[in-house]
Amino acid sequence: MTDTAFARSGDIRADYLAHARQRQMYSGILLLVFVLLMVSGFQLADARNAGGFWAGIHQFFDFPSEVVSEAVAKAANLPGLMWKFLPSLIETINIAGVATLVGACGGALLSLLSTRGLARFPRLIPLFRRMMDGMRAIPEIVIALILIFLLGGGPVPAMIAIAFHTTGALGKLFSEVSENADRKPVEGLSSAGASWSQAMWLGVLPQVTPNWLSYALLRFEINVRASAILGFVGSGGIGYDLKTAMQWGQGRYDQVVAIFLLLFATIVVIDQVSSHFRHKLVKGH
Amino acid sequence: MAAMLSTTHEGSLGEAVLAAFGRKQRLAFALPAVVLVYLIYIFFAFNIPGLVASARTDNAAILLSDFWSYKTHVTRDNRSGEVSVAIEGENKGTYPPGRLPAWVSMQDGVTRIDLGKEHEVVYEGTGARFTIPGYGVIQVEPDGQGIRLDLPEGEVPDWINASPARVTVTTPQGRFSMTRTRTETFHYEPGWELFFFTLDSPFSGRSVGELASLAVSEDRVDPARPNIVHMLSEFWTNKMWRHGDVAWALFETVLMAFLGTMGAAVVALPLAFLAASNFTPARSLRFALRRVFDFVRGVDGLIWTIILSRAFGPGPLTGSLAILMTDTGSFGKLFSEALENVDRKQIEGVQSTGASPIQQARFGVMPQIVPVLLSQVLYFLESNTRSATVIGAIVGGGIGLLLTQAIITQKDWEEVSYYIILIVLMVMAMDSLSGWLRGLLIGRVGRT
Repeated sequence: MTDTAFARSGDIRADYLAHARQRQMYSGILLLVFVLLMVSGFQLADARNAGGFWAGIHQFFDFPSEVVSEAVAKAANLPGLMWKFLPSLIETINIAGVATLVGACGGALLSLLSTRGLARFPRLIPLFRRMMDGMRAIPEIVIALILIFLLGGGPVPAMIAIAFHTTGALGKLFSEVSENADRKPVEGLSSAGASWSQAMWLGVLPQVTPNWLSYALLRFEINVRASAILGFVGSGGIGYDLKTAMQWGQGRYDQVVAIFLLLFATIVVIDQVSSHFRHKLVKGH
Repeated sequence: MAAMLSTTHEGSLGEAVLAAFGRKQRLAFALPAVVLVYLIYIFFAFNIPGLVASARTDNAAILLSDFWSYKTHVTRDNRSGEVSVAIEGENKGTYPPGRLPAWVSMQDGVTRIDLGKEHEVVYEGTGARFTIPGYGVIQVEPDGQGIRLDLPEGEVPDWINASPARVTVTTPQGRFSMTRTRTETFHYEPGWELFFFTLDSPFSGRSVGELASLAVSEDRVDPARPNIVHMLSEFWTNKMWRHGDVAWALFETVLMAFLGTMGAAVVALPLAFLAASNFTPARSLRFALRRVFDFVRGVDGLIWTIILSRAFGPGPLTGSLAILMTDTGSFGKLFSEALENVDRKQIEGVQSTGASPIQQARFGVMPQIVPVLLSQVLYFLESNTRSATVIGAIVGGGIGLLLTQAIITQKDWEEVSYYIILIVLMVMAMDSLSGWLRGLLIGRVGRT
């Protein structure tokens, strides 16, 4: 009896060690593959780059120091320049704001239409889901550049592009929230004869609003950054001013610094404010 | 007693409830009103009425028709009398001598172009004839000063545009134009031209069946290699669509996202330990690191991209480093928050066996946080694939560059649509890949 128990515990021990060794080996192989991928990837990217990594690393601070030294020399200009670029900054924020608003409305509708148990047309749930996937997958730059061709420059192409992407992205997050919503209010409202929109408006929205708002705020943060980048690639807002100032190069670096500072301050402020409100919304205090 | 209490409170409770309702009601009306006012302000700030007026509907038409069809130019140089047939009028798409599409025939200096539905253009001598059923025959001939135009009796329809210098006839079947120096007919066909093989390839203009039998046939088109290999290389090096270059650009974009995300995770992980309050007692160090994370995140990806491309020049490495920089800040913040939430007991258990701090981190902490970190990293990988497209357009690498270049030409819309489809497929593929990896790795970690 004790012998067999002993033998069995020995077996278990051997098994366990073999298992542990195997796991260790798998982890080791995985790690090795990862390191190899990273190293070869960096070498490949380095080879394809115009300037190499090791040649460029010394110049990393050249451009910032050049820019900063010029800006310091013209420090008196900075407040005036910041004032000058304020309208562009407001435009960039407006692009993000409207895009988030429109995207949140569209995302809310799509998410309710694609949540099991809440959907107006249960058969069409897969269709709405695929629609959101598609909207999420198209990068903003694609839509923005095409719309610039159709509508000309200005803030509207960027706004539509970001709103389109936001609809898909928020729709997915919203539907995760509404999936967990309590169905009882909806059932109660429906039994009292409420229409679908009334049941959603009075039964679901009050439950999901805090989480939805929190996601929308987070998205607004992301959209401000996206709107600055789209301005640089396409047109509209502070990104476009940054591009023109950069193209001019030396002599206008005070403008570049003014824009950098504005953008940095905006992003940090929006980041802080939104994280404060999100905390309040989700935690409830 | 209790009843009395409740009655005395009833009045104030009712008031409180009513006040709360009133507040909610006012809010329910005020919020939409604020949004509406904001939208009205935007309507004018963005000059939407002006935009509607300046929208280029003709561009939209070009874009749409290019998306699903292509045109072939049949051009005659009126001075030399030479006729050439070229797809989209491009050099790369010009039919070699002796080869013509089925709807063009040339005999004894007469070129007949069959546009379908009995529309026919004939180039003969120095002039041309356009037969349109239901209307008649249009005769056009360059003469001394300009162009002579003979139309059937009656009013000139608005699809014929005639001036002494130029005659243009636009029909649903195709377009015809003549100036003193050249005569040109555009023939529209559905599809993307020369998508598989260009005209100089031995495989162009063959049907799917023919190609399939050629692929397995022993008769080699090029004696040096099997037909299937030859075919693939012809497709890969297609001069019009450059499939090889496009595939490489897609790979480059994914590479940027991968290197940026993973590099950021590798850099941020040790820093996160230093910024977490339960691993680093030194308050000042923690504070400094947190501010560094905030700074790196706050200096937007756009600014990093610009600074980095000054140092490293354009290319995928710059793009990866830009993603790496921004995400190091985000990961540092997220990771250090995750580290602050780890369970102390497991670490103490490992510590009690006499493990060193590194071993404690490896066996006490990592198993707890790896699922959280991995799911965040994989989520970022997916969203960075999209960012890499935009960053690629700025730093000049990957599919973003090809896309912007194609859009700037304002005529290669079929290529633009091709790239868009590929980008969407790429992002969706990365989405499923990251979802699959998340399930695989976290499932595995969860089980052990």
